[in-house]
Amino acid sequence: MKSEPLIKITKIFFILLMIVFFFSLIKRYIFGLGAISNLSDDMPWGLWKGANLFGGVALAAGGFVVTAVVYIFNLKKYKVFVRPVVLTSFLGYLMVILALLIDDGRPWNIFMPLIFWNTKSVMWEVALCVASYTTVLFLEFLPLVWEKMGFKKALKFWSWLTPALVFVGVILSTLHQSSLGTLLVIVPQKIHPIWYSPILPILFFFSAVVVGLCATNIIAFIYSNKFPEEKISPLVQRLAKSTGVVFYVYFILKIIELYQRGFLKDIFVFDIASSLFVVEFFVLGLIPATALFFKKAVNSKKTLFGLNLALVCGIFLNRINVSVIAFQLKSNIDYFPHFLEIVVSFSIFAIAVYLFIVIAKILPVFSKETT
Amino acid sequence: MALGILFDQNLCIGCGACEVGCQEEHGFKVHKADKLDENNFTYLEEINSITFQRHLCMHCFNPACASACPVSALKKTKEGAVIYNPAICLGCRYCIYACPFNIPKYEWKSQIPRVRKCDFCYSTKISKGLPPACASACPTGATLFGVREELLKTAHQRINKEPKKYVSEVFGEKEAGGTSVLFLRLNEVTKTNLVRNIPDFALPDLPQKILGKTPLVIVALGLFLGGMRFLTDRKNKIREEEQKKDEE
Ligand code: SF4
Ligand code: SF4
Repeated sequence: MKSEPLIKITKIFFILLMIVFFFSLIKRYIFGLGAISNLSDDMPWGLWKGANLFGGVALAAGGFVVTAVVYIFNLKKYKVFVRPVVLTSFLGYLMVILALLIDDGRPWNIFMPLIFWNTKSVMWEVALCVASYTTVLFLEFLPLVWEKMGFKKALKFWSWLTPALVFVGVILSTLHQSSLGTLLVIVPQKIHPIWYSPILPILFFFSAVVVGLCATNIIAFIYSNKFPEEKISPLVQRLAKSTGVVFYVYFILKIIELYQRGFLKDIFVFDIASSLFVVEFFVLGLIPATALFFKKAVNSKKTLFGLNLALVCGIFLNRINVSVIAFQLKSNIDYFPHFLEIVVSFSIFAIAVYLFIVIAKILPVFSKETT
Repeated sequence: MALGILFDQNLCIGCGACEVGCQEEHGFKVHKADKLDENNFTYLEEINSITFQRHLCMHCFNPACASACPVSALKKTKEGAVIYNPAICLGCRYCIYACPFNIPKYEWKSQIPRVRKCDFCYSTKISKGLPPACASACPTGATLFGVREELLKTAHQRINKEPKKYVSEVFGEKEAGGTSVLFLRLNEVTKTNLVRNIPDFALPDLPQKILGKTPLVIVALGLFLGGMRFLTDRKNKIREEEQKKDEE
């Protein structure tokens, strides 16, 4: 029990964080967005959009990837990972919605896209897909509750229902993971050319799949710590290889795309834009992805975990870069998030982790049996 | 019949009557403005002591703001005005992000914030067939109200008459695919606050091309996923049967 003081410190930190978080919320709902953020007319989207919406949706890509692997590609052995990964995604989307309730100026109107349809608006498509996919994730999550409560009939019905849910879920995810990229297509003159691309939706889709595969791998790492006797390394190694392959698809597409627009030469000039790009695309991208092809790296559980984490961070950074920093750099806008803006953004992620730990304690999230 | 405004740098004397007219019309405190904000829908930029440029929403033909808005809280009326309905707005601010002219502003300090921008005096004037407050207030005709196509003709006539004086392009004829508001600029003016790098096509066309493919993606993906499931199911079954046979 050496780690106990660490857990205690984490707990205290979390409680303090929550206090500041609630204080910020009160301030925000009384005095407006400007009171706790550095958002402005020049910079209408900031950290919350970049990290919590764009980043959050990407981080929650695990659910559709793992369910597709198990129910569409029929790789039944991966079924043990479905529940924890679906839970991360479900919580992820709840946190995206929480972030929107803070970031949107009129959060009480958040359901309006369900009533007033502007089918021309990419934001409308994203809103609709996020709403319906969160519902799908909730339904995919329910069997855990049924199992805990011993509802055998409901469980049976759900095992019949799940493939259909997965089918709908994968389509919805594909649509809005890519649509988040389409959101930025309308401002070609406002986004730094390293990141602006007419094929942003396609790049977003492939990078989301990379995150989804990594998320599954990270969950597998936790799983193997819980059940050290289970032999999952062949499963994990296969996952790692697929992750590498999908990243290379993403990598090559982006390089070709940069070349065609004539900005390939700009990626190694090492100004702010190029440095950020090098970090997200090479340091936290190409390098760990390439390592995934080497037996030595993949055989060590810890190294593999680290590589997956690096890739996830790279793509998370990409989302912030594309939606916020590229916008800022193109027009030389002076913006750095307010302290409370950072607190709010971070708190939302912390709440997700906290909820995951609590739910994993109460419900049979990790189990050796696969139902 | 799309209406519009033609502003001519050559005729403007910088009296600021348009600013005052607009502020009074919208119930703002009358003040000298040097930028657009939540309490100011138009302002006169002083380029030098005798030359001025008005700034206001361009009322694009195919507005990026309205196409971006998920609920159509912003929309283009048949008269040409781009108007806003706060009752259904979520405050996502995608309109502000998307507008190529950087026009819409936000009430950052409000509990119930609104998107703020020129509404072409839609409810009080335009919809009743009256000219907007700024045009009525203008003593020199520098801000001219009328049918957009006729205003464009007028603009080109003025350019043709004095080609040395005027910039040969009318700002707003092609910008962002064309706008209801048009500007005539003087050649001698080299720098203004007008946003310059605006593509000459309707920006909503870009996402539209992609969104148009959505049904196709759904069908193709549905077939792929269904087919995949069917094939892998069969493969698994065959494998199981073979295993059974081997065991026997
Ligand atoms: S100028 Fe901007 S705010 Fe005005 S109609 Fe065009 S896109 Fe909308
Ligand atoms: S902020 Fe309001 S008006 Fe602007 S795009 Fe969002 S919902 Fe529409």
